[in-house]
Amino acid sequence: MGANLLGLAMAVAILVTLFEMLRRHRLREKYALIWFLIALAAVVVAVFPGLLGWATDLLGLSLPSNLLFFVASVVLLLLTLQHSYELGRLEERTRTLAEEVGLLRLEIQRATGEDDTEVQQAR
Amino acid sequence: MPPTPPARVLVIVPAWNEQDSVVATINEIRTTNPSIDVLVIDDGSLDATAQRAAAAGALVCRLPFNLGVGGAMRAGFRYAQRHDYDVAVQVDADGQHDPSYLPTLVAALDDADVVIGSRFAGPDATYTVRGPRRWAMVLLGRVLSRLAHTTVNDATSGFRAADRRAIGVFAAHYPAEYLGDTVESLVIALRTGCTIRQVPVQMRPRTAGTASASPVRAAIYLFRAVVALTLALVRRWPTQVAANEPVGQAVDTTVTLPAGQSVGRP
Repeated sequence: MGANLLGLAMAVAILVTLFEMLRRHRLREKYALIWFLIALAAVVVAVFPGLLGWATDLLGLSLPSNLLFFVASVVLLLLTLQHSYELGRLEERTRTLAEEVGLLRLEIQRATGEDDTEVQQAR
Repeated sequence: MPPTPPARVLVIVPAWNEQDSVVATINEIRTTNPSIDVLVIDDGSLDATAQRAAAAGALVCRLPFNLGVGGAMRAGFRYAQRHDYDVAVQVDADGQHDPSYLPTLVAALDDADVVIGSRFAGPDATYTVRGPRRWAMVLLGRVLSRLAHTTVNDATSGFRAADRRAIGVFAAHYPAEYLGDTVESLVIALRTGCTIRQVPVQMRPRTAGTASASPVRAAIYLFRAVVALTLALVRRWPTQVAANEPVGQAVDTTVTLPAGQSVGRP
């Protein structure tokens, strides 16, 4: 069962990578959790291939690999969607910070009477 | 009633790489309306817009990078709110907006929260557009007029005045997307209970830069206008909270808190 071994190897590789990234503070827990669940599911399917066949029959599909690819693409779609959402949220926060920085610079200039134009030009 | 003191008016000039026209714009505002404060929002310009605007005597808020008109305007409205201005007026830096209309716009705020300077209003309106761009403007005008219960036929005009109530709304919610700064902001104002009216203005040709005129661009413009309008109509806004918020004094802009929740401020 080469496919099962391959799946198991990939799942274990993901788990090791996750652990290493978490240990080095390169990944936040909230993102690690979903990847951990995905890797765990991959391990289960690799160890118990019958499970995939059972689910395929249950849904009336002919090929187990079709179900696997379908589920995988849906999971990736949802993950991408979540990243777009996070990106939008970050952009909104960046925008708010940029506006605040601009307003604070103006307040400092008004309070001190000093112009920071030269600093900007030197940059 | 005691006589009301003259309104404190702030003109907000969003400017992105407008070094060739910003000084003339500031000077014109200051000569026609000496009592008005001018705030130039330098939207991440790479040229000398900020330096020239400051030298011309305007207040200059320098954004660290380009945010678009929506970001620049929200920063301006926040400044207006924090410094307790009665009225904020947007005037573009490209010389399109004639500052001699400023008293007309401000006076019209007596019976509205947002006043739009419209190119299509009035008997001697000479401004015309054609093709998809015209369809977009007609569509926007019809929908917004229906929402506003009054004629609003120049939804994309950037020449507009806002009173304290509208300043409070715009300081918290001013869209950053393309066309959001004009079309969607009007929908937000209406949905938060502000009233809108328009006054006829003549706009001048831009002193620098050109408006996009190719048919493809016009079609894209129509498409984006429809998208912006549809999104604005179906989006949820914290309407009740924002409308009931005491507007003008609050520095804090967290108006989306659920009722009964304390923010720990006096």
